[in-house]
Amino acid sequence: MSALTITYAVLFYVATAVLVGGVAYKVYVYASTPAPLKIPTTPAPTTRLGVMGRMLREVTVFESLFKSNKWIWLFGILFHFALLLVLLQHLRYFTQPVWGWVVLEQPFGIYAGFIMVVGLLGLWARRFLVDRVRYISSLSDHLMLALLVAIAFSGLAMKFVVHTDIISLKQFFLGLLAFQLQPLPADPILLVHLALVATLMIVFPMSKLLHAPGVFFSPTRNQVDNPREHRHVAGWSASINNPGGR
Amino acid sequence: MANFETPALREYPIIPLIHAGTMAHSKPYVAKPEHQKPLGFPGTLVDNWESVAVKKLGELVDESRALRVFLDTCVKCGSCTDKCHYYLGTSDPKNMPVARQDLLRSVYRRYYTLSGKLFPKLVGARDMTKDVLDEWYSYFHQCSQCRRCSVFCPYGIDTAEVSMAARDIMDAVGLGQKYSNEIIAKVHSIGNNLGLPEPALRNTLDGLEEDVKDETGVDVKFPLDEKGAEVLLITPSADFFAEPHIDGLIGYAKVFHQAGIRWTMSSHASEAANFSMFIGNHENMHKVAIRIREAALDLGVKRIVVGECGHAWRVAYAFWNTLIGPFDFLDRNYPIPQHICEFTYDLIQRGALTLDKSANDDKIVTYHDSCNVARATRMGSMPGGQFVIPRAVIKAVVNKFHDMEPESIHENTFCCGGGGGLLTDDLMEIRVKGAQPRMQALKHVVDDHGVNYLAAICAICKTQFAKVLPYYQYPMDMIGSVHGLVSKAIQLGTKE
Ligand code: SF4
Ligand code: SF4
Repeated sequence: MSALTITYAVLFYVATAVLVGGVAYKVYVYASTPAPLKIPTTPAPTTRLGVMGRMLREVTVFESLFKSNKWIWLFGILFHFALLLVLLQHLRYFTQPVWGWVVLEQPFGIYAGFIMVVGLLGLWARRFLVDRVRYISSLSDHLMLALLVAIAFSGLAMKFVVHTDIISLKQFFLGLLAFQLQPLPADPILLVHLALVATLMIVFPMSKLLHAPGVFFSPTRNQVDNPREHRHVAGWSASINNPGGR
Repeated sequence: MANFETPALREYPIIPLIHAGTMAHSKPYVAKPEHQKPLGFPGTLVDNWESVAVKKLGELVDESRALRVFLDTCVKCGSCTDKCHYYLGTSDPKNMPVARQDLLRSVYRRYYTLSGKLFPKLVGARDMTKDVLDEWYSYFHQCSQCRRCSVFCPYGIDTAEVSMAARDIMDAVGLGQKYSNEIIAKVHSIGNNLGLPEPALRNTLDGLEEDVKDETGVDVKFPLDEKGAEVLLITPSADFFAEPHIDGLIGYAKVFHQAGIRWTMSSHASEAANFSMFIGNHENMHKVAIRIREAALDLGVKRIVVGECGHAWRVAYAFWNTLIGPFDFLDRNYPIPQHICEFTYDLIQRGALTLDKSANDDKIVTYHDSCNVARATRMGSMPGGQFVIPRAVIKAVVNKFHDMEPESIHENTFCCGGGGGLLTDDLMEIRVKGAQPRMQALKHVVDDHGVNYLAAICAICKTQFAKVLPYYQYPMDMIGSVHGLVSKAIQLGTKE
């Protein structure tokens, strides 16, 4: 097996471990950090079911963002939904036979790549054009966008400019899943694309990309507004012991 | 009037371009040892303050999921950048909510994240230096903890939580804010923000009884420490003294009187306000609030009603049950606690009050949603009841009411500019500038509808508006209490 294949195999095992382990660890930390007080941003739902609805609206239609800023909302939703389609489309490299709905999704996934770029460039443009957003952008914010744009461009290049050996690539990934090394095509654009994706997976759990799991743990959004009806205690507030009463 | 310029009110609100450093000079007076000690904080800046601060930050993150998630998840999308009234009024970029959070996030990243430890420059991580501390002191005292930013953030990131944490850290290293800490110390020793002892309080209330008797010919009581009363009223101490607050207190008393409900105030718990929330310190918050539980038990009341005060209603509504509950000794048939607007609204619904709207015909009224009521609490059983019920009370007692524009009311409401422990003369500039968005919205209803009365249900809002309205060429007595309106309309002697 070539050094290249071994390097990329190791890279993807490491990246997957960091991504899964890192996010799992963060989720564990979020879940186990107490929320001692009730702090939902009101008006808030008064039932669990209502909160699930609120959360669903936040992560599907970006409700708060829509209220806030239509441009960020537009570019944000274009990017995220396109990314979702693209990710689903990529399932075909990991499944044999390819699941039926993934086959049906293929045409959408392919063009979603372009929409993803539009969303990303829109978001990036704001970092230069809007003085307030320029002010709050740090180097890492630009690099993150650069990384995503580079992933999108290298991916689109393989689809529309210089095709890569999809069959061997799929063998490589199916091999990884089965812990059997298969040769990876030594195609420069593919190698760049894969290296960038692995980088993204590795930085995910230590960057602002944590907003993906984090949003579900935000007390201002996920708490039920029922402090009078239900005595809430957690963390330091659980150790409060008030004298008197019955 | 002062050595700064009052921002202009415009035809349409605009988002200003950033002007770095315009408010860097704004700093409240530092607490002296005698203000710090009673709260359990070091009197002056401790020697190893850097390490104490960093350690405290770690502890706070460990004990608050909100803080941890907020510090991790911000994507710098920028959608909160034009939402803070202090940014809109000052154009100082550090008053943009995300930039304010970053003052603390940068330190968190440096000491508690891998990326910040390895690549501080890349992710904007900073060491805890004196410059950073000074910047915290300045800009975390330019946040009224109004939660407007939280409404508009896709992850609900609440800068109020961040500024509470920053203030708690500053207190822990001995750098406290005089205004808030002096007041909290007064509550600990005397029971209210004003430092009003029991005899003075009794005196004031007796005086009010006489005033109301002179005015209406009716014996409306203002009971203090009456055992066996049904309702304990907890109200901000400003209601005892300041204008226009006192009209509100008279209004509550008339409502109780006409409803025939036995009520009392308490000299032990003569304060609804709980400034410990502003400084983010839960030990002090508990210590201030527990007086209310003690008073309720001691007086043997069945219900607790809370007077007009924004942050106090947040503490009461959202935190009391946690902090000073369980309330198994109170009557479960009523909300515990109940807001005075809920209380009055209920009576109106049941036809228990005789109200003559025309008594307020000299007024054209608008209503200011106070931030803490709007974005941190509820009234009634429906989400959003906190918007409906006070307006319903107002509309039951006045004929002419006009809301301000939708972008500035309900959960979008703009802070008065004086909340969160900023209601002090040493912060006058930020208070006046921060009021600009609210004044702008007010101007529109004044111009279009001739509004001449701004009703509010928050002691801080009332004091703040009385002070800043004149800067914007409006009369200071334009601000009034919702129950001041009720007081005027209620027809005593008709339902006895
Ligand atoms: S809206 Fe929320 S995520 Fe966006 S910059 Fe502000 S705090 Fe960060
Ligand atoms: S809580 Fe209010 S004052 Fe503080 S940053 Fe957010 S909008 Fe501004």
